[in-house]
Amino acid sequence: MDQLTILKWYRLMFLMRRFEEEAARAYTERKIGGFLHLYIGQEAVATGVIEAADDNDYVISAYRDHGHYLARGGSPKEGMAELFGKETGCSKGRGGSMHFFDTANNFLGGHGIVGAHVPLAAGTAFASKYRKDNRVTICFLGDGAVNIGPFHEGMCLASTWKLPVVYVIENNLYSMGTPIWRSMGTTEASIRALGYPMRRKTVEGFDVFDCFDNAKEAIDHARETCEPTLLEYKTYRYRGHSMADPAKYRTKQEVKDWQNEKDPIMVLEQHIEKDYPELKEKLEGLRSSVEDEVADAVKFADESPAPDPATVGDYTYV
Amino acid sequence: MSDRNLSIREALNEALAEEMERDEDIFLMGEEVGHYDGAYKVSRGLLEKFGERRVIDTPISENGFAGVGVGAAMVGLRPVIEFMTWNFALIAIDQVVNSAAKMRYMSAGQVKVPVTFRGPSGAVMQLAAQHSQSFESYYAHVPGLKVIAPCNSNDAKGLLKSAIRDDNPVVFMESEAMYGVRSHVPEGEILIPLGKCDIKRPGDDVTLICWGKTVPLCLKVADQLAEGGTQAEVIDLMTIRPLDEKTLIESVKKTNRAIVVQEAWPQASVGSWIAHRLQVEAFDYLDAPIRVLSGKDFPYPYATSIEAEMAPKAEEVVEAVKRSM
Repeated sequence: MDQLTILKWYRLMFLMRRFEEEAARAYTERKIGGFLHLYIGQEAVATGVIEAADDNDYVISAYRDHGHYLARGGSPKEGMAELFGKETGCSKGRGGSMHFFDTANNFLGGHGIVGAHVPLAAGTAFASKYRKDNRVTICFLGDGAVNIGPFHEGMCLASTWKLPVVYVIENNLYSMGTPIWRSMGTTEASIRALGYPMRRKTVEGFDVFDCFDNAKEAIDHARETCEPTLLEYKTYRYRGHSMADPAKYRTKQEVKDWQNEKDPIMVLEQHIEKDYPELKEKLEGLRSSVEDEVADAVKFADESPAPDPATVGDYTYV
Repeated sequence: MSDRNLSIREALNEALAEEMERDEDIFLMGEEVGHYDGAYKVSRGLLEKFGERRVIDTPISENGFAGVGVGAAMVGLRPVIEFMTWNFALIAIDQVVNSAAKMRYMSAGQVKVPVTFRGPSGAVMQLAAQHSQSFESYYAHVPGLKVIAPCNSNDAKGLLKSAIRDDNPVVFMESEAMYGVRSHVPEGEILIPLGKCDIKRPGDDVTLICWGKTVPLCLKVADQLAEGGTQAEVIDLMTIRPLDEKTLIESVKKTNRAIVVQEAWPQASVGSWIAHRLQVEAFDYLDAPIRVLSGKDFPYPYATSIEAEMAPKAEEVVEAVKRSM
């Protein structure tokens, strides 16, 4: 891997984490309302997968969407302003945390109904095949989404019609507070693909290099053959389901073990230490520039205007 | 002008064919729309004409293919999604309400969803409780959607063509019982604007408000009333949402009486909303309470003797008019 790419990935993962840590802080200060679902701990997946996609590819996500938005090139300022409910936000304060949109970067949202965006992704992939535009759709979902009907209908249509889509399950082991072994009797969510004529793969999701390689293979395959893949990454979220969740359904030790052994930023630092020692001296500068960028984003969000009350009905109809 | 009579089924077919001919971004997707030629034959011949790329049979998975329609529309195609009936579309209502209707708003205009959901609605003959329902109020409740219900062939064609060209998600509810009813359709382009009702018969004495299947019922009642010297104004909503309140209010200001006639159940219905709006906007002009005649407030039965009790009857409309005079 070339050095610039490694530094870019490191910076991106650090940006996701610091962006959300500051968002959590702003939430406790009541500058952010509603639901806030944090991605912290899962950064390697969004980074590796989206880096493996072309700029033209469509990316669509569920409600834990900040990381995917940032990986797609979304502006931290506009993202933070969206969380603060400001007119300058990436969805002009209409969407909030769960509904980030950035069509300029082919990021098609933030969707809040579990599993419902799985058919939407089949639809964007259908459009690509219809137009022969050579784009692939990448659809992120959680392990909690694999037990609901629309997920299965989406799998059925994508595999039957051979649509160029890669479904990425980020299996963080908990759908809200219910562990996966209690909701599907196994910890391997990708077995859901067995009912469909489609490829599946379950891989570790804490090493950004692995995340990239597995995604690249699936995305290239989708582009070349129009065959979908159900690609599952085993990952972990450090925070609760949302800011309202103290996460009493798991032990503090379990969280610590993940942080100590599989933290994606730490793991990349270890890679750099071992294989790219010459990059080590650049990390401090990168972290410092991220701190500045996140501070600027918070300041921008804080100082931006709220939507004008008179505009409440805007965007309902074309 | 030639005297060309088409069934509503044929008029819808003509609308689909003309629009698909005009714009390659339009495709038709649904259960049995292709090789079977459509469960109700609305899509007859379209597969042969446009091929499997644009006329797409689906598995039985309403939520899935409704979602595919929304997704394809999000990136610029103009899908027409056929539900075999609106009764089955409840499985997909999440995609209509939470995906299609919300996308533009929650993306602050970045994404639009020019999809048309269409299919048959309402009771026919002995299809019983799960296949006989009129769900227009479910969709009329939702900002972001347009809801259409045509009553004759000309309107069916003109409204469907406009629905397909509209950049918003449109719910298009065809009367299953009326697919075979024939009426005049002129040659050439017909585009009927969405959001406007149509005064099907002018009159000064009472306003009858109706849509879909209750339009011919109200026209028949108006003929009967005319024999007794009462001139009813019959207004066909055509578009249920956004509602053309202006035309309704102007009519009531003229006639001072209004009766809404709907096939759907009474509570929380389109009729109850119209009655509310008219009493707010035309209270001082009203000489009688606004009456809403609805389908009976029960599930639809199978046996003909009791099924016949369900829909509003002509004599009930006549009686309601008499009580209003």
